[in-house]
Amino acid sequence: MDKSIDYKSKIRRARICRWITIILVYSILLIPLTPILLMVTWLVAQSISKGPTMGVIPNGFTLENFKFLWAPIQFGLSRYPSIWPLVMNSLILAFGTTAFEIPVAALAGYVLSRMEFKGRMATMKLIVALHAFPGVILLIALFYILNRMGLYGKGLLTLVGVALIKAGLGVPMDTWILKGFFDGIPWDLEWAAMVDGSSRFQAWRKVLLPIAAPGISAVALFSFMGGWGEFLIAYTYIKRKEFYPISVFLYSVIGEFVYVDWGLLAAVALFYMIPVLVFYALAQKTLLKLQLVGAVKG
Amino acid sequence: MPSPLLSPSFFEKIIKRVKGFNFAVPLRIIRRMLPYIFIFPFFGYITLTWIGPVAITIILSFTKTQWTITRMYFSGLDNYFRIFSRDIFVFGALKVTALYVSSVLVINAFFSLLLAILVTYFVKDERIASAIRLVWLIPRITPAVIYALLWRWFIDPQIGLLNKILGLFSLPTPNDWLLTTPYSRILMIVVNGYVGASFGMIIYSAAITSIPRDLFYAASIDGASDLKVIRHIIVPLLKWPIFFVTVWQTLSLLSSYEQILALWAGGAGVARAAGVEVWALYAYSKAFYSAEYGYGAALSVFLVIIGLVFIVIFFKVFGFERMMQPSKVEV
Repeated sequence: MDKSIDYKSKIRRARICRWITIILVYSILLIPLTPILLMVTWLVAQSISKGPTMGVIPNGFTLENFKFLWAPIQFGLSRYPSIWPLVMNSLILAFGTTAFEIPVAALAGYVLSRMEFKGRMATMKLIVALHAFPGVILLIALFYILNRMGLYGKGLLTLVGVALIKAGLGVPMDTWILKGFFDGIPWDLEWAAMVDGSSRFQAWRKVLLPIAAPGISAVALFSFMGGWGEFLIAYTYIKRKEFYPISVFLYSVIGEFVYVDWGLLAAVALFYMIPVLVFYALAQKTLLKLQLVGAVKG
Repeated sequence: MPSPLLSPSFFEKIIKRVKGFNFAVPLRIIRRMLPYIFIFPFFGYITLTWIGPVAITIILSFTKTQWTITRMYFSGLDNYFRIFSRDIFVFGALKVTALYVSSVLVINAFFSLLLAILVTYFVKDERIASAIRLVWLIPRITPAVIYALLWRWFIDPQIGLLNKILGLFSLPTPNDWLLTTPYSRILMIVVNGYVGASFGMIIYSAAITSIPRDLFYAASIDGASDLKVIRHIIVPLLKWPIFFVTVWQTLSLLSSYEQILALWAGGAGVARAAGVEVWALYAYSKAFYSAEYGYGAALSVFLVIIGLVFIVIFFKVFGFERMMQPSKVEV
């Protein structure tokens, strides 16, 4: 009898201990996240409220803030006739980055994965070294190159130049990831096609490319999001307002005025975030996997 | 009827048609050249955006280049003399950088280890665990400007929630988080800590997942508590990943300034007045706000050198294999 009571109390103590552990674990994991979750909730709430919200509950419901989609934008003294040219600039940046980055990286990744040549190992080491090297400290020298190439202060061309630089800084990492993708596809498949008489190019196009396509498009999507979210390089090199991407536009609005129309700002920010959120929802698994190779640099 | 796949290839057709010339030799040369042709765009691009700029940074640092970056006047070591003797802001930038790197590193390399252990070892449901990891990714995935905007709202004394939350615990509630010194630095550390935490968290999580389960079962049969499992199994096995993340994050923190620039918007003076101007940002603002490109380049040269030294350390200490798989665990 005595023993069984002792046994029961031991079980109870163990159970309490387990609950304490669980509470402790979840509070360490989740309490630091409250600010982040509050901020995201605020962004949505603020974009549909009439006045500034004090918390995360909308302050009266309105869609007035989203009028910027068809009407001119007015922030304090500065006025933009329409948001769509800015969207266009961001799209040019995003598409340009992808277009410059992916073909070069895919070719190099393929060569490194499938062909033997002198300096292959050295190239791979160089790529890993470049991946570790922080590209942002080269902005001054890149500005020199941009000037020398005649791409500075040329409006649309400058935008293309920014995409070129952004893509160049991403090339080593993407080459590395794509080499990994090609490595994952068994060589036998191409081998079989070539035994059947197709040329190396045919084997590449008909056999390898269809299998590698999902991987390549995932990497392309990553670099597209990189170009869409790009701020620092665009802010540094683009000085004319007509060629601002949305990020630089938002930054100029945040910096310039003391009084800010929070509702409008939140609505534009949310609009800018939508592609990121969609991408985030779609590519969760890839996101966690690619993070491992450092696809999003920290 | 032979299948189209079995038909002779394009080159062979030509060879048959043009007789009397041995095409095998040029073909062999082309085939041998092929890898170099394919990799050429890569090297061209790398030279344009990495190798060239490293060289240009070093060259620019020996010049007095102002206003127009393409017009260089060589001035020898003048920029370096200026950094070591005449520039009164250098010491401040150095101090802020030391504080920034060391504090954010604690979050990015060690707090993230705690997070990874908790989320991988204690959270049994894999769906909940990856959901938590994904939420931790939000600060990193959000575009820098939006992230800065969200913080701007959060710290706003009138409508933001930070001061209200702090008020509940009767903690200090400064009116201007951005410009009051101790608070602006705390803000800098926290804002960047959130961005970097997920990097370590994901690498460590992968490493912990790859530890053979038997070790945990054996330990629990032997009656080891969770704390003992962490102390004597997980942490020792994660030696290399921890080291990797620490070195990697040190390098990327030394050179990062995008979040600070985005949050302390409004030109050259703001970040300096707020006491959050790190070395990399100081170099940037010298070049792009004061248009002293030569001097900015000289300041950047230190970061370039640090970067190169770190890469040498990487290869010497970790070796190529470990760098490719940072979360590999050797039992």
